[in-house]
Amino acid sequence: MTTRMLGEKVQRVEDDRLLRGQGRYVDDLAQGALEVAVLRSPHAHARIVEIDVDPVLDVDGVVAVWTYDDLTGPMAEPLPLLIPHPALTHGRTQHALAKDEVNHVGEAIAFVVAEDRYVAEDAVSRIRVTYEPLPAVVGVEAARSAEHLVHEDVPGNVAARLEQATGDADAAIAAAPHRLSLDLEVERSASTPLEGRGTVARWDPDAGRLTVWSSTQTSTGVRAAVATKLGLDLGQVDVITPDVGGGFGVKIVHPWPEEVLVPMAAMALGRPVKFTEDRREHFVSSAHERGQLQHVDVGFDDEGRLLGMSVQLWHDHGAYIPYGLIVPIITSTQALGPYKPEAYKVVFESLYTNTVIVTPYRGAGRPQGVFLMERTMDAIAAYLGRDRAEVRAANFIQPDEFPYDQRMTFQDGRPLVYDSGDYPQLLDKLKALVGWDDFESVRQEARREGRRVGIGLACYVEGTGVGPYEGAHINVETTGKVKVAIGLTSQGQGHRTAFAQIVADELGVPFEDVEVTSGDTRRMGYAVGTFASRAAVMSGSAVALAARQVKAKALRIAADALEAAEEDLEIVDGHVQVRGAPASRLALGTVAVLSNPLRYAFDEASKLATQFTVGNPDKPPVEEDDEPGLEGRDFYSPERSTFAAGMHAVVVETDPDTAEVKILRYAVVHDCGTLVNPMIVEGQIHGGVAQGVGGALYERMAYDESGQLLNASFMDFLMPYVTEVPERIEVDHLETPSPLNPLGIKGAGEAGVIPSAALFASAIEDAEGIPIRRMPISPSELYDLRRKAAENAGSVENAGSVESARSEPVETKESR
Amino acid sequence: MKPAPFELVRPRSLDEALEALASSPDAKVLAGGQSLVPLLSMRLASPALLVDINGIGPLAYVRSDDDGVRVGALARHTDVLGDDEAARVQPLLRKALRLVAHATIRNRGTTVGSVVHADASAEMPAVLALTEGHVTAASVDGRRRIPAGELFVGPMESSLRPDEVAVEAFFPALPAGAGTAVEEVARRHGDYALCGVAAVVRPGEGARVSYFSVCDVPVAVDVSEQLAGGPTDAAVADAAELALTRLDPPADIHASADYRRHLVRVLTARALRSAWDEAHEEGR
Ligand SMILES: Cc1cc2nc3c(=O)[nH]c(=O)nc-3n(C[C@H](O)[C@H](O)[C@H](O)COP(=O)(O)OP(=O)(O)OC[C@H]3O[C@@H](n4cnc5c(N)ncnc54)[C@H](O)[C@@H]3O)c2cc1C
Repeated sequence: MTTRMLGEKVQRVEDDRLLRGQGRYVDDLAQGALEVAVLRSPHAHARIVEIDVDPVLDVDGVVAVWTYDDLTGPMAEPLPLLIPHPALTHGRTQHALAKDEVNHVGEAIAFVVAEDRYVAEDAVSRIRVTYEPLPAVVGVEAARSAEHLVHEDVPGNVAARLEQATGDADAAIAAAPHRLSLDLEVERSASTPLEGRGTVARWDPDAGRLTVWSSTQTSTGVRAAVATKLGLDLGQVDVITPDVGGGFGVKIVHPWPEEVLVPMAAMALGRPVKFTEDRREHFVSSAHERGQLQHVDVGFDDEGRLLGMSVQLWHDHGAYIPYGLIVPIITSTQALGPYKPEAYKVVFESLYTNTVIVTPYRGAGRPQGVFLMERTMDAIAAYLGRDRAEVRAANFIQPDEFPYDQRMTFQDGRPLVYDSGDYPQLLDKLKALVGWDDFESVRQEARREGRRVGIGLACYVEGTGVGPYEGAHINVETTGKVKVAIGLTSQGQGHRTAFAQIVADELGVPFEDVEVTSGDTRRMGYAVGTFASRAAVMSGSAVALAARQVKAKALRIAADALEAAEEDLEIVDGHVQVRGAPASRLALGTVAVLSNPLRYAFDEASKLATQFTVGNPDKPPVEEDDEPGLEGRDFYSPERSTFAAGMHAVVVETDPDTAEVKILRYAVVHDCGTLVNPMIVEGQIHGGVAQGVGGALYERMAYDESGQLLNASFMDFLMPYVTEVPERIEVDHLETPSPLNPLGIKGAGEAGVIPSAALFASAIEDAEGIPIRRMPISPSELYDLRRKAAENAGSVENAGSVESARSEPVETKESR
Repeated sequence: MKPAPFELVRPRSLDEALEALASSPDAKVLAGGQSLVPLLSMRLASPALLVDINGIGPLAYVRSDDDGVRVGALARHTDVLGDDEAARVQPLLRKALRLVAHATIRNRGTTVGSVVHADASAEMPAVLALTEGHVTAASVDGRRRIPAGELFVGPMESSLRPDEVAVEAFFPALPAGAGTAVEEVARRHGDYALCGVAAVVRPGEGARVSYFSVCDVPVAVDVSEQLAGGPTDAAVADAAELALTRLDPPADIHASADYRRHLVRVLTARALRSAWDEAHEEGR
């Protein structure tokens, strides 16, 4: 029997090439193509009075310039609102080039095509625009006050208001023995992939075909958008994703202005055109996420059980809302985590501001949801004087309660029903892993050395693998090599390895013989995209189903050739054989030859397959309901998402003098159902934790009140270095397979980043004895909190060196 | 983020470089490029002529003797950091350079470039100020010596003339019996500091501290009087208060002015104590 690949720590087949610098990214393609630079708004909010492009036209090397007035047909219409929702009553999207008004710094105004990027930038600096500045709306408070409007026709700056409830939360809170209220805030960050956006297009007038290479998380989405905008048939447009240097959500947004302008220009100019976004552009003209204000009212019993919880969210979605309400819907619903409040109500307002758009970033609203729920859990524990883990455990959904219906509507419009899980066991594993129950002695020991340490934990449940579908196509070459095409795209996750493992197992072929292609519409025209931790669940399942088809066909053909019953056959090491009798085996390549009756022989192998040599002369060479070729193609479309879960714990040390935060230990327990490749899953967790550390302790989008982004570079946007992330991340897995798909897989891509803000808040609060209500937190801010706490405690002097007599967090508390 | 057009010359000798600089009113020296190239790319600087001195081999040296350490214009941070003699003669060099950026940047960036770039957030200008070193500048008109006290005139502004190449920085040797320390708090490893302090203490003789990131130019303060009786709590606090009268900690997106003032107190204490302790260990 071939050794089973599923569940093995197989080395990633991608890495050798990528680590040797042999990756091919968009900017590596089409050398010599014309290049683009974009004039972007320097104002957060302004009317455009006049644009004068004349000074550009005589710059040597400039080929063409477009402004809004040059756009026609669908190109002159606003970009699509990708995900409409009945509650999204005031959805506004931008034009490919600004029409009359700009609504954030960085909004595209003019599109210059030149012989190279240097010339294009020279030209951009010569375009003269007359602006009439308008007051900028920056931040949730300004949006809510609605003193100024982002869009004149959107009252109150409110794009949408959505309420969901189960039970009567207000009544339950009023009747509860204990009540608390919390005001919370999470600031903006962003996906910041190493490679920014990028698009190359080539129009072939002879074939009437447009080929687009884009650094995207959805090639099929880009294809549909480009075809629509340019008035082409889908069949005329191919979209290919080459190597993509990270996405983390930002590249699921499509089409970006440049993603349709580049193909438009390539068609108009009859030459290949390339746009490569630079880092500064990425900060001001792609997308951000996370920014929310939150208010929680909660009622609970003596054990800390949630009797009623009412949440209000104010979600800052930036200047436009192309991706709809996905992020605040996820925050609203996934805040529930592994818990089962008796009554829950959540209402959000999604608000316009004169800032960069907000669209899903790894975690996609969950980090904010987990933040509000876990802050609440910690506040309850502090109030009751109970162990934080105990309070959580008191609220867990129990293993025998699955499928568990949260009685809410999830981001895919389907009921929020958890498929499987074991939260008590996850918590037990976490406590054991990090030594939760022994931490008091660690704290005492540290205190004796004059050190201040704290421990935190945070739990989450993540709906992964949302629909509607994904597909896979597999064909076996006559060489025996197995070619797999999936439609969704890869940004470094290791799809080529993981899916090859699945195919190797399902089909019984050597792992090395399987080659996976992703995100190429020429190979798979129907696909959705890579987001929502869905690739392994969706494409993984589709790959398994397609492989099973191939296997069935291979056995049928081989049964004929070997004169054996199909039931007696197996495929081992790429050969079909009678079970346990490898002597008379038939290579899959030969089966592929037999599957395709030929008229013409072009090599030795194909001689075997000509019409004189194969098949039953009394039957048609290709039977009814059959096709030539050893191929399989299938789609997987689940009725709803599958729910992964995890719990993280961190031990931090806070410097009593400088308020710096050091990570001493970081522990993760994680349940993503069946593990296809534990090494890849752990890699995803490590990367997610690193990104989460960034979000919790370093990164933020620092807008000033006029809407200028003050830190639009890696100099001031503090992505953590390897020196800032924990040296070691202790990981333990639990596998509760999903009943919803053939392999029991749940998604794992986003998990690592989800609990970070909540987790660090918990640990820093524990170390400091000061309530943490706002993340991220910098040493300067922690120092400020200490000082305020000291002022409240009456000793202003020693803010920097309070030898922590741990005070209980101050709450608006009420007890009956 | 592409530079505006400029001309580039790559002289093979210092004289050629000086002539090129003299030939244009809008020329700039390109050394390691770790500060200048980002400025060019962001079009915050757009000189007409770049004079790339990387081909002038004789400027790549680190020489130490009893007087001090001489660092040539093409000595990379890495060269100075790794030089054991330099570390022995003036230990502040290694202590400070460890905190300058990251290995990849130190492999290109030059110590002299860092000094004349005159970023008040940078470590090496503060070390030059603390040790009262100097820079030797050359132009077609000849050479001159610019003492640290006259070199730093404003934020990112040195008294070096546009037609001059800084050919050497000189860091005087640490006197016998002295101890040193460099303390800083940065947001991330290798970042410019939010606040930084360098100290030299010679118990019984004198004590000096210099600051970076909390002032427009590197500020050196004599705290001998405060430290006369050793680094007691009161002494280091007094030293910090004295320094604070000369500093102007800025508020920015990374830290409040209050926090930086607080760090001045914390880090002054740490640096003075650590330098004092080191002097005593050396003395033993
Ligand atoms: C990510 C990053 C982090 C960094 N972190 C730090 C840090 O923590 N601390 C720190 O101190 N520095 C830091 N730096 C800056 C680094 O140390 C620079 O290399 C140094 O400041 C400048 O040296 P250079 O040789 O690269 O100079 P260049 O960039 O080539 O030049 C800088 C300026 O000095 C002028 N110049 C350079 N050499 C001469 C000369 N011999 N004569 C006349 N003029 C000259 C140039 O004309 C230019 O104006 C960092 C840089 C980066 C990119």
